[in-house]
Amino acid sequence: MSDAIFLAYLVAAVLFIFGLKLQGKVRTARKGNMVSSLAMLLAVAATLLKINQNTGTGPGQLIPPAWIFIIIGIVVGSLIGAITAMKVQMTSMPEMVALFNGSGGIASSLVAIAYFLLNKNLGTETTLADAPAIFGPSVAVTLALSVMIGGITFTGSIVAYAKLAGKITGAPILLPGRHFLNFGMMASVLVIGALLAFVVPGNTMVTIFLLVLLFMVFALGVLLVIPIGGADMPVVISLLNSYSGIAAAMTGFVLGENLLIIAGALVGAAGLILTKLMCKAMNRSLANVLFGGFGTADSKGTSGKEGYTNVKEASPEEVAMILEDAQSVIFVPGYGLAVAQAQHANRALQTLLEERGCKVRHAIHPVAGRMPGHMNVLLAEADVPYESLVEMDEINPEFKNTDVVIILGANDVVNPAALTDKDSPIWGMPILHVHEARTVFMVKRSLSPGFAGIRNELFEADNTLMVFGDAKDVLQKMILELKEA
Amino acid sequence: MGPELQVGLYVFVLAIFVGFELITKVPPTLHTPLMSGANAVSGITIVGALACAKAGEGTIANMLGGLAIATAMVNVVGGYLVTDRMLHMFTKKDR
Repeated sequence: MSDAIFLAYLVAAVLFIFGLKLQGKVRTARKGNMVSSLAMLLAVAATLLKINQNTGTGPGQLIPPAWIFIIIGIVVGSLIGAITAMKVQMTSMPEMVALFNGSGGIASSLVAIAYFLLNKNLGTETTLADAPAIFGPSVAVTLALSVMIGGITFTGSIVAYAKLAGKITGAPILLPGRHFLNFGMMASVLVIGALLAFVVPGNTMVTIFLLVLLFMVFALGVLLVIPIGGADMPVVISLLNSYSGIAAAMTGFVLGENLLIIAGALVGAAGLILTKLMCKAMNRSLANVLFGGFGTADSKGTSGKEGYTNVKEASPEEVAMILEDAQSVIFVPGYGLAVAQAQHANRALQTLLEERGCKVRHAIHPVAGRMPGHMNVLLAEADVPYESLVEMDEINPEFKNTDVVIILGANDVVNPAALTDKDSPIWGMPILHVHEARTVFMVKRSLSPGFAGIRNELFEADNTLMVFGDAKDVLQKMILELKEA
Repeated sequence: MGPELQVGLYVFVLAIFVGFELITKVPPTLHTPLMSGANAVSGITIVGALACAKAGEGTIANMLGGLAIATAMVNVVGGYLVTDRMLHMFTKKDR
C-alpha cells in the first residue's frame, strides 16, 4: 500500500473517532455525523485509488470487467440506502435501523467469503490443511468469525425487522427444546468454523464447508432472535448493532486493515454500552433477555384480559374537563404513541395546555418504545421542545405533585408491580411512579397486557381512569373539547 | 501469532476503550441517532468489499464482492442520511 493511501486511512480513522465524539452532544451531533460520513468518503475514495493502481483494460474494453461489479454495487446500494432513508417515517425508525444493520452484517460475511475464495487457489493443490499455511492461523480464525458474526447479524436483524414491522408476531416464539437446539447449533458452528480454519479436507470441500457454515449461522441468527419479545427489542437492536461492528472488525483482521478494526471496534463498543444501558433500565441481565423467553404463558403473573374487576373508564370529553383545571400535566409516551402516530396530536395538546398556563412535561423511560431513544426521536419530529422531555430519575419525585398524568400507549414501564410484587416477572425494574399522581389517565386500546404479558395493577388503582381508543383519536378529541371550553 | 495480528489486537482493544470513553456519557435523547450513526460506520467493511470485487477477474468472488459493496453501501448511505434527518429535527429549533 502506498504511503498516501495509508495516510488517508489514518486520517479516516481519526475522523471516525472525532465524529463519534461530536455525536455525543445535542449541539454538535449533526456535525459529528457529517465528519463521520466524510471519513467514510475518504476511506472509499482512497480504496478506489488503491485498487485502480494496477488495473489494465483488455483490448476493446472500456473498463475492466471487475469494475462493472464495483460500479453496479456502489450505484445500486447507494440508491436503495438513500431512497429508504429519505422515505422512512420516524415511527418506523427501529425497523429501519434493524435493516441497515443486517445489511452491514451480511456485507462483512460476504467480504470474508470472497476473500477466502480469492486466496484459496493461491497455492497449488490447496487442501484445507494448507489453509493456515496460506492464510496464517489468525486469518483463518478471524475469517470464520467474520462469516459467523456477520451471518448472525444478518438474519437476526431480519427477524428483528419482521417483529418490529408487525410482519410476524412480536410475542416470543418458543420452540420446544430451544436451549438445547441453540446450544447444539452454536457448538456445531464453532466446530465447523474451527474445521474450516485448520483442517480443510480438500479443495472443493472448502466451499461446501463455507456454505454449510453460512447456512448454519443464518439459522442460528433466526433462532436466537425469535424467542425475544417485542418489548425487549431495544436490547436486541443494540446488541445486533454491536455485532455488526465486531463483524467489520473481524473482516479488518482478515484483510490486515487497521482502519476496519478501529471503526468496527468503535461500533462494537457503542452497541455494547447501549445494550448495557437498556438491560439496566429493565433490571435484567443480558442472559435473561437473550434466553428468557420473557412474557409468555410460562412466566409468572396473571395475564389476559380477565381478572380486572375495578376498572373505571373515562371518555376524552371527561379528560378534557379535568385538564381544564389542571396546573401540571405529565405525558408518558410509549410504543402505542408510535403505533398510533400520535406525536403531532400530543404536541398540539401540549401547546393548548401551555397556553392555558399549565406546566407540561414528558416522562421518558429508557426502554419506552422499541429502540434506545425511540420516544425522543418521535417527539422531536413533532417539535416538542427538548427541555420538556424529562428522564426517569429526574421526573419520578415530581409525580406526587402532579395533577394529571396521561399515559399514551405505555404499559410495563408504569406497572407498580415492579415495586410491590416480588413474584412479578418485572419485579425490581425501575419504573415511572405515575401512580403517585392525583389523576392518571391511561390511554390504551384495550385492557390487554403489554408485550411482557403481565397484569397491570395500575388499571385498577383508585386514581386511574382508562381511556379506551387509539392514542391519536383520543388526543384529537381532547383537543377539540378543550378548545371549546 | 504473527506481528500483524498482535498489532491488530492492540488496535482493536484500544479502539474499544476509546469507544467506551466517548459514548458512556451520551444523553438518552441521542441514543437513536448515535445507534444509526454507528451503524453507518460499520459499513466500513466496504473497503474490504471493494478490494475483493477488484482482485481476480469475473469470478464468483468478484460477484460476492459486488454484492458486498451493494449491501455495505445500503448501510453507509442509508445510515448517514437517516441519522442526519433525525439530528436535523433535534437541532432545527436552535437556529
